[in-house]
Amino acid sequence: MPDADRPPMVSLRAVDKHFGDLHVLQSVDLDVAAGEVVVVIGPSGSGKSTLCRTINRLEPVDSGQVLVDGVPVPAEGAALARLRADVGMVFQSFDLFAHKTVLDNLCLAPTMVRGTPKAQARREAMALLERVGIADKAGHFPAQLSGGQQQRAAIARALAMAPKVMLFDEPTSALDPEMVAEVLAVMTSLAEDGMTMVVVTHEMGFARRAADRVVFMDAGRIVEVAPPEEFFAGGGSDRTRSFLSAVLTH
Amino acid sequence: MSALVDAWPQLLAGLGTTVFVLVTSAVGALVLGTLVTVARVSPVPVLRAAAFGYVQVLVNVPLLALLLLAVFALPDAGLIAPLVTTAIIVLTVYEAAYVAEALRSGINTVPRGQVEASRALGFTLSQTLRLVVVPQAARAVVQPLGNVLIALLMNTALTATVGVVELTSATNKVNLVQAQPIPIFGAAGLVYMALALVIGLGAGRIEKRVAIRR
Ligand SMILES: Nc1ncnc2c1ncn2[C@@H]1O[C@H](COP(=O)(O)OP(=O)(O)OP(=O)(O)O)[C@@H](O)[C@H]1O
Ligand SMILES: [Mg+2]
Repeated sequence: MPDADRPPMVSLRAVDKHFGDLHVLQSVDLDVAAGEVVVVIGPSGSGKSTLCRTINRLEPVDSGQVLVDGVPVPAEGAALARLRADVGMVFQSFDLFAHKTVLDNLCLAPTMVRGTPKAQARREAMALLERVGIADKAGHFPAQLSGGQQQRAAIARALAMAPKVMLFDEPTSALDPEMVAEVLAVMTSLAEDGMTMVVVTHEMGFARRAADRVVFMDAGRIVEVAPPEEFFAGGGSDRTRSFLSAVLTH
Repeated sequence: MSALVDAWPQLLAGLGTTVFVLVTSAVGALVLGTLVTVARVSPVPVLRAAAFGYVQVLVNVPLLALLLLAVFALPDAGLIAPLVTTAIIVLTVYEAAYVAEALRSGINTVPRGQVEASRALGFTLSQTLRLVVVPQAARAVVQPLGNVLIALLMNTALTATVGVVELTSATNKVNLVQAQPIPIFGAAGLVYMALALVIGLGAGRIEKRVAIRR
């Protein structure tokens, strides 16, 4: 549940971004409260991934401000690396380190970035693997895991840094249908534990279940922001309604 | 065969020069090529452009032209260095471009997503390269680098044309006296083949050692 007394965990203020001539983000404003789960939906190419990636500056913005826990996201350098360490990110393609075991995937950043002692990092990593249900895969290499297991390992890898906020960019889009549920279950339990989350997804069931607010994007703009009950009731703009009827009936 | 026995000291000296030029310019090219590659993947546009230009220029100019330029034109411009040193510098600068190409092709085998994941976890650029990119690129890079070094070995013979008395030049000089081209040049050819074999086998062994389990 969102914590209204604290300043927003993530804040985008009048953010603009171009890719060449393409205006991908058009004066985007969004506050995500500590403990809040915001689900971002919208048609392909509407700028959802780009919005997500501006939060930890994988994409720099042209103008406007991005703040994480009240701190403006700095320019590329050591300070940005420190900020990124506090912002967990999970990608569509898992992107585990192929030359490391699952356990080492989880331990690498805590030991190298945070300076956590090896033994402690391994203990904490094993607890996280337990939590996402793949403790038995600790010694395996990523290629030996199913997609669903890889994505759960990737979530655990991000959690190993004890992030303040987690960003998910279509975490289930590359998965076979039977593996989607196991990943969404991990994300739902994370949401219930009070993690601040920004989730780009096409999983409307997850949005209904876990979101505090749903953000609808179209052509680089945030068109609508509403709690899921209200959003899916279809009282919003024409654009939202036509998108919803397309995704909910296919 | 007696021709070879009589000329032994001369040929050995030539071989020594070849190996010396090979080893020093190989080390130089590996170091310089690595620096060029780092510049090429750096986030600084000027460095990236400079590294790209470096590689493009050098792979599009004949080595012989560079050697002639360095040996005859540079002294004209007041830059005088011993002949062997000049040859080593030219070979280093030239082969570094090929080393950089081999390293870049290795880096390209590492999926981009893993680099983004590293950045998202808070790794600095150098940590990302050291912990994620290099260990995975290493395997893909060993054989191509071995081939670059073998090409470098063959290219050391070109320094004969500007007066360096390495193995080919020494062989030629011996033949001028002894006039037995078949055994003399045949022996030199076998020595080049043996050296290439050593480089190739070495690359094979290193490749096995850096193999990653998946
Ligand atoms: N690095 C880039 N360079 C140029 N154009 C880009 C780049 N990244 C994204 N774009 C373009 O920006 C627009 C928005 O992209 P973005 O990935 O944010 O969309 P999205 O809403 O996540 O779409 P999808 O649902 O397909 O993932 C698209 O038109 C895309 O082609
Ligand atoms: Mg996307």
